[in-house]
Amino acid sequence: MNRLMVWYGELVVQKDLIKRGALFLSPGMLWLMIFLVLPGLILVVISFAGRGDYGELVWDFSLENYRRLMGYGIFGWAPDYILILLRSVWVAIFTTGLSVILSYPLCFFIARKPVRTRYLWLMVVIIPFWTNMVIRTYSWFLILAPELPFAKLAAYLKLVSPGMALYPSAFAVYLGMISMFLPFVALPLFSSVERLDWTLVEAAQDLYASNLRIFMHAILPQTLPGLSVGIILTLVPAMGMFVVPDLLGGAKYMLVGNLIQQQFGASRDWAFGAAISMGLMVLTMFSLYLYRRKNKGIELL
Amino acid sequence: MKRINLLVNTMALGTICFLYLPLMAVAFFSVNNTKYGLAWKGFTLDWYLKLFQNEVILHAAWNTLVLAVVSTLVSTVLGTVLAIGMDRFPWPKRMNTILDLTLHLPVVIPDIILAAALVVAFGFLRQVSSWFEPGLFSMIIGHITFQVAFVALVVRSRLISIGKDVEEAARDLYASNAYLLWKITLPLLIPGIIAGAMLAFTLSLDDFVISFFTAGPDSVTLPLYIFAAVRRVVTPQIHALSTLVLLVTIVLVALMERFSRKTNTK
Repeated sequence: MNRLMVWYGELVVQKDLIKRGALFLSPGMLWLMIFLVLPGLILVVISFAGRGDYGELVWDFSLENYRRLMGYGIFGWAPDYILILLRSVWVAIFTTGLSVILSYPLCFFIARKPVRTRYLWLMVVIIPFWTNMVIRTYSWFLILAPELPFAKLAAYLKLVSPGMALYPSAFAVYLGMISMFLPFVALPLFSSVERLDWTLVEAAQDLYASNLRIFMHAILPQTLPGLSVGIILTLVPAMGMFVVPDLLGGAKYMLVGNLIQQQFGASRDWAFGAAISMGLMVLTMFSLYLYRRKNKGIELL
Repeated sequence: MKRINLLVNTMALGTICFLYLPLMAVAFFSVNNTKYGLAWKGFTLDWYLKLFQNEVILHAAWNTLVLAVVSTLVSTVLGTVLAIGMDRFPWPKRMNTILDLTLHLPVVIPDIILAAALVVAFGFLRQVSSWFEPGLFSMIIGHITFQVAFVALVVRSRLISIGKDVEEAARDLYASNAYLLWKITLPLLIPGIIAGAMLAFTLSLDDFVISFFTAGPDSVTLPLYIFAAVRRVVTPQIHALSTLVLLVTIVLVALMERFSRKTNTK
């Protein structure tokens, strides 16, 4: 159909316009198809394959990997993998929750500064956000070392035996995770807090609302857009994190990220790795679904 | 009220300490004159000097830079063209939804899944061509894949904010397609493109997971080097290296902040 249409004040045949548009779209879209969408689909297919004796893929389409993920092995049912999945969800939720609790005071603190210094304070939060994850994790590795006051204090309080570092432990993983993701919550939240209508808070105070009620009814609803972006930005990557648990948790605190890395690294079992990835993907999609039900679209930038 | 203010301020300052204390410790020990242990033995810049004589680290730094520069250049071009294609043509609604979803994929899925998918895809592609052996090339491809989406999102938001008025006016004055693109749209877009490129660059420097999965033995980057070193044995050189990376980050953030404020006030 050679429909004519006006576009940008120019009279064009619609077909030509579509062709021109496709020309713009194709390089980027082709790239994303070849290196993002297609590999993703292959990953789904592979999760139904098996592992050969030398780590090669065996095309025997079965649900074996998923059965294994659910804990059915040669020795009967052992819920190790399910525990790791649940633990990852728990760590992600805990990290997000504490990050939110710590982010509110931080954002109020910065928002109350005069404009001139406000951006300096904001930069103070942005710098760790952009500092490489490995370096930030390593810095925790260092500060929890046995020679430093924190480990000595813990030893004094009989929490660990003297001369021991505070890692590897669940505690170290939590510390690392929260410091890693706190800026992910704080920065989107700040954009909401900065625009907060303080007259509503004052009105609530005039009406003798308790602090908790002021927060719940005057502050929380107004900051919800920034808060929900922050939560999703934290929750999703926190579930797949593997650097922090690897360095700070050791074998003591495995998360699903480590499990996936193990299958693609040392164990060389791509098929099982793909199945675990699918498990993580389902968890991610589920949290995104919950998020989308509350918010209309995903606006992350 | 005063009590609440005090509480908020203490908590905020405490949080900032929580973020910075570990980083400060790294910087502090990077100038400590001891090879083993963390006892203070006096000030030295030796570890920084040793850093610049360490072939492995220099090579890793070079890899990091090449990876970031090349992937940023390619992804900026791809992302910009993609954003123009998405925003400036009358696509049907369904097509727009598909484009949107594809673009948001790298933003919302955990990077470890993208990394796993890339490993598998490269595994297959390797049977076709030896180009896809783990190494710098495959790392560049991996980085471009997540950068493209971010660049496109940033550039598209700029396209939306500049609107179509100027372009329509140019068209009314008989500007050709090519003239419109080169002399009107792209110059207006420059701040958005630069912002997108800077984001892509920092994302590349910040990445660990994608690199870790797609790297070969000769393509170690700085984060990979530090990660491996921490698991093996830590030397004060690692403190010095981390401190330098931190300093570079501070400079980059300051530049970005400067730049984005300038474009906002324009």
